[in-house]
Formats: sequence, C-alpha cells, structure tokens
Amino acid sequence: MSPLNLIKTNKAAIRQGLKDGLPIGFGYFAVAFSLGVTAKNAGLSAFQGFLASVLCSASAGEYVAFTLIAANASYIEVALATFVANARYMLMSCALSQKASPDMPYIHRPLSAIYITDELFGISIARKGFFDPFYHYGASLTAVPLWAIGTALGVIAGNILPLSVVSALSVALYGMFMAVFIPPAKKDKIIACLVVISFALSYIASILPVISEIAEGTRTIILTVIIAGAAALLFPRKEEEEEESNG
Amino acid sequence: MDKNIYIYILIMGAVSYLIRALPMTLLKKPIKNKFIRSFLYYVPYVTLAVMTFPAIINATQSPISGVLALAVGIITATVGFNLFKVAVSCCLTVFAAELIITYLL
Repeated sequence: MSPLNLIKTNKAAIRQGLKDGLPIGFGYFAVAFSLGVTAKNAGLSAFQGFLASVLCSASAGEYVAFTLIAANASYIEVALATFVANARYMLMSCALSQKASPDMPYIHRPLSAIYITDELFGISIARKGFFDPFYHYGASLTAVPLWAIGTALGVIAGNILPLSVVSALSVALYGMFMAVFIPPAKKDKIIACLVVISFALSYIASILPVISEIAEGTRTIILTVIIAGAAALLFPRKEEEEEESNG
Repeated sequence: MDKNIYIYILIMGAVSYLIRALPMTLLKKPIKNKFIRSFLYYVPYVTLAVMTFPAIINATQSPISGVLALAVGIITATVGFNLFKVAVSCCLTVFAAELIITYLL
C-alpha cells in the first residue's frame, strides 16, 4: 500500500474508533461517577480522581485501591490489590499481542497497551483481521476522557447530590461488575459455582472475627488468590474451551 | 504515618500499565503453562464476585434496597442487558426502593 493510502486507512480507522468508543464512554461516565464518590471518601480531590482514572482506567482496580487508600493502607497493599484486580488485563494483553500484525511498528505495542480495558479490548479484538492500533486509539480517545471526567464530577458532586441519589448511584459499579461476571456464569457451570462460592466466602470473611478486621481490599486479594488458585488446580482450562470463549 | 495520595496514584498507574504492557511488549508467543492460563482466566470473575457481595448490601442506605439491586443486577445481566443498562437498572431499583421505604412504610 502506498504511504498516502495508508494514512487514509489509518484516518478512517481512527474515525471509526472514535464513533464506536462513544457508547462505551457514556456507560463509563455513569459508572465513573459512582467511582468518584468512592474516591472522594478516600480523600481524593477532583483532580486526583481525574488523574487516577486517566492513568489507570480500570473500574475494579481503582475501586479496590480507593477503598485501601481510605483505610490508610500501605503502598505495597495498594500495588498488590491493583495487580490482582487488574490481572485479567494480562490475559487480554496476551490475546491482543497474538492478533498484532508482524508488520506493525513496535511503538504501537507499548502505546496501545495503555488502554486495554474490558470494553475497549472487546471491540478491538472483535474486529476482523489484524489488531488495528489506530482503531484502538480512536476508541480510547472518546471513552477514556468520559471515564476521567465522570470520576472528577463524582468527587465534586458526591456531596452536592441528595443522599438518596448518592445511595442509588453507589450500586452502579456493582451493576457493572455483575454485567461482566454473570453472562459467562450462565454459559459455564464452573464459573457459576465460583461466583456462588465467592459470594459465600466473601460474606463469611466480612463477619468472622479477626478476618473481618482486615481491610476490604486486602481480603479481596486473599480470597481471589485462594478461590481462583483452587479452581485453576481443580478445573484447569482445556485449550479448546479457551478458544471458544475468546471467539 | 500519613501517606501521599499522589504516590498512591502513581503506584496504581504504574502497576496498571505494567500489567497491560508487559505481555503486549514482551510476548510474541502465548503462555503455555496451563495453571497460569487457568488462574488468569478465573481471576476476573472471582475478584468481581468477591467485591460485589456483601459490599452491595452495605453500600446503600437500607440493606433491603441493596439486596433488591443485587437481584435486579443478576436478572438483567442474565437476560442479556448490556453493561450500561445493568448498572442503570440497579441504580433505579435502589432509588425506587428507598423512596418507598422512606415515604410509604
């Protein structure tokens, strides 16, 4: 392809990405708002909430980190919790790396890795052919600012809004979590069992003496490593199952 | 000892980026180890489930509205609502439930 045509193709990919990123961005905005309320409770300013969302853009990861910050946890605990809550992005990053064209300039690898989120990964990997970094950049450019602005507004408006609205918004994040883990649980009995076990153990951990004293974020790490580790030992995934779920 | 919020944010950002960038920049081949692959596969679902319950019940003003939001979230996600619609359904449930609890009961 001539350089001129290549530029044209890349521009079209960016434009398509900007468009496809918009509905994702609106969804992010609502959820980010409730995340902002959590950030405010952890003592973050609107700018700090904005910054955290631009740098991390990870709902579960940021949420866990904010609850830890609120508990004045150590830096190492925050690093560990961020790692565990975001571990799935490693898998997505692996998947994307497999879809990259051998001709893709290397710089697109570190650049496109910045915004591998559940949804942006989803629309990028769902496109036919090789991974198109320009499409991914376009989608990130509309979705991520909405995520970050939503977080900042959540910090600001968290104390302006009436209590009933804050209470209602506070479940948006959990709604988003459920939208991620319920559909696969419907298809896969093992995941469905893991969800039930996770609910049960998480509840028990929250009422048991001593264990309930541990910060919520740290309990999440411990429970995740135990439950997912046991599941990986007892029910290792077969290759064909993975291809099915990635396809 | 008081900790600096900017250092917290920097750590969050650095860890989040490294997780996403390491496989993309280093891996030209897929991970072969079955245990690690399976563990990584199960992690997101387990983490999110652990974080959802019982936290959703304690997040709202009344535990009843939290339980209702949990039920509505599971139902709407099961019938195939997208992420945004599931989140909004949960919010509306809590709002309506707390309105009823406050003014009618």
